Amino acid sequence: MKETLLDKVWRAHSVRELANGQTQLLIGTHLIHEVTSPQAFGMLRDLGLKVLKPHRTFATVDHIVPTDEREEPFSDSLADEMIKALRQNCAESGVTFFDLPTGKQGIVHIVGPEQGITQPGTTIACGDSHTSTHGAFGAIAFGIGTSQVRDVLATQTMAIRKPKVRRIEVNGKLKPGVYAKDVILHIIRKLGVNGGLGYAYEYAGSTFDAFTQEERMTVCNMSIEGGARVGYVNPDQTTFDYLKGRPYSPKGAEWDAAVARWQSFASDADAVYDDVVVYNAEDIAPTVTWGINPGQAIFIDEAVPTPSELPEKDRATAIEAIEHMHLRAGDPIKGTKVDVAFLGSCTNGRLSDLQEVATYLKGRTVKPGVKAIVVPGSQGVASIAESLGLAEIFRDAGFEWRGAGCSMCLGMNPDKLVGEQLCASSSNRNFKGRQGSPTGRTVLMSPLMVAAAAVTGEIADAREVFGLR
Amino acid sequence: MALEKITQVAGTAIYVPGDDIDTDRIIPARFMKCVTFDGLGEFAFIDVRVDPTTGRKTEHPLNDPRFAGASILLSGSNFGCGSSREHAPQALYRYGFRAILAESFAEIFFGNSTTLGIPCMVLSPEDLRAIAGLIEANPKAEVIVDVTESKVTVADMDFAGKLPPHAHEALVNGKWDAIADLLEGIPAVEKTAAELPYMQRA
Repeated sequence: MKETLLDKVWRAHSVRELANGQTQLLIGTHLIHEVTSPQAFGMLRDLGLKVLKPHRTFATVDHIVPTDEREEPFSDSLADEMIKALRQNCAESGVTFFDLPTGKQGIVHIVGPEQGITQPGTTIACGDSHTSTHGAFGAIAFGIGTSQVRDVLATQTMAIRKPKVRRIEVNGKLKPGVYAKDVILHIIRKLGVNGGLGYAYEYAGSTFDAFTQEERMTVCNMSIEGGARVGYVNPDQTTFDYLKGRPYSPKGAEWDAAVARWQSFASDADAVYDDVVVYNAEDIAPTVTWGINPGQAIFIDEAVPTPSELPEKDRATAIEAIEHMHLRAGDPIKGTKVDVAFLGSCTNGRLSDLQEVATYLKGRTVKPGVKAIVVPGSQGVASIAESLGLAEIFRDAGFEWRGAGCSMCLGMNPDKLVGEQLCASSSNRNFKGRQGSPTGRTVLMSPLMVAAAAVTGEIADAREVFGLR
Repeated sequence: MALEKITQVAGTAIYVPGDDIDTDRIIPARFMKCVTFDGLGEFAFIDVRVDPTTGRKTEHPLNDPRFAGASILLSGSNFGCGSSREHAPQALYRYGFRAILAESFAEIFFGNSTTLGIPCMVLSPEDLRAIAGLIEANPKAEVIVDVTESKVTVADMDFAGKLPPHAHEALVNGKWDAIADLLEGIPAVEKTAAELPYMQRA
């Protein structure tokens, strides 16, 4: 008793303590993609090593995949080289690859849960910082660098220090028009972009209890934007219901045993935490970023901060941010002109995100001059959305309906901002240059707020635009 | 695998001010379209070194000839936040940096750098500013990052630094790349894996 989920998962996966005090931690599930794995396979070859557990390694292709012209060879020869390298590495080592023709390709953090590969009480690693997404299932999931991808390929383990645990409780019911995305932006705003250094975040409270798996994923996804490498929610019936019947979920008698086992990993009621913070769901309003890191966020009806009024340590970055964003201190953020609306990413590219937006977008049209794209997070999401008629709603409204991938979240594929364009984005990072143009500007927000921006051509309050008050 | 024991890094230093310098800033994503890390060095900080509109060199410290050849990088808090891309420390290493001094480091970046044998030492903001002042006054001043003693020496002045014990041990004992240790543990790995039902399934 008195253990957190992190304690229990750590204990079950701890292989041994290394001489420097780090743990050699078993990584049960290794997810790989085309950007951070080719060098790792190269290192493996240089060392004469093989993939130790190909049956626990799963690959997909997401960052560099074009979302419109998807036939190979890709027009970008570097991207083409990357997908071919991954295909060959997977074939040679016997790793399952959710490749483009399989109908199962997508953003790695959407594919894992969708296939039932992401399971409670497990450890997961992937060469991508948004691996924390999988924590929504009560897994301990780490973003890792390429040398660690090599370590996990070769030994199914990595050397790591056990983090501390901060419990972040959010209680109460979110108001209409307020979403999981607003919750995590609010948490990062309050705790800071480096507030989570050295911590795993355990998200809990009645708000999280009521959240769907997909909402929990949105929150866990952005843990790293708050400096926490790991974020998780304790597994419960919502988790088990989501997993039941998925391709890689346990079947038959194994299912019941698995559920019993998964339940046992949840944090004990009297678990001891290194820190606890509590927020009230009703205090959270639709939130947007005004700056160049995800902590620089305000409610939609607030004004762009005045740097001199901020704590001293935040001033220099605020001045830099306001300059980059071409905003004026003290001006309302609402009404800022938008050039591009991007709906997608591992944060908000799931079916429920598209469904929620489609409900309100039906019969509305994108403001002329705004480029609006919607990118389903996986081929699976795309195909269900199409069968439900969502694609048609988006197309009728003037959105471009694209193929699955990371798209405009980062500038590694043809979907990029141009020049100083300002993008209303459902993604996770508003760093300078993140969306492919060094001078491009990103405003992070919930999917419905992206739709409101697309329809009005400016940063707008979705509650007003779609009559949600 | 015998690795170099990294007990000290000595050279000239450069100060790149700012907090929350993210890995997209260090190496923009478009330069990650590659299957090796070769050639990343020239693109380190590229979007702040070259004006994207005019194509001209900016006032960025890395463009200041006085600091050419610096092997020690100084910066602010939360250095290396954001993406887990090892391309970021790889680019800095290939640019020529062998140690980084900052007020704090993002966790994944810290681990990635240590694995490449780049000590990331934490100093107080006051000391970082003091060192920045010293190298501004004399860009050729030798800066000694003493990993063993966790301190930095510039112009006969000592500044206390901090390295977490695991990174300190790994660097000074030449064990900063964990692969050899991890491979040694494989029999134990199999034992741990055998006790976990999900490890037996695909």
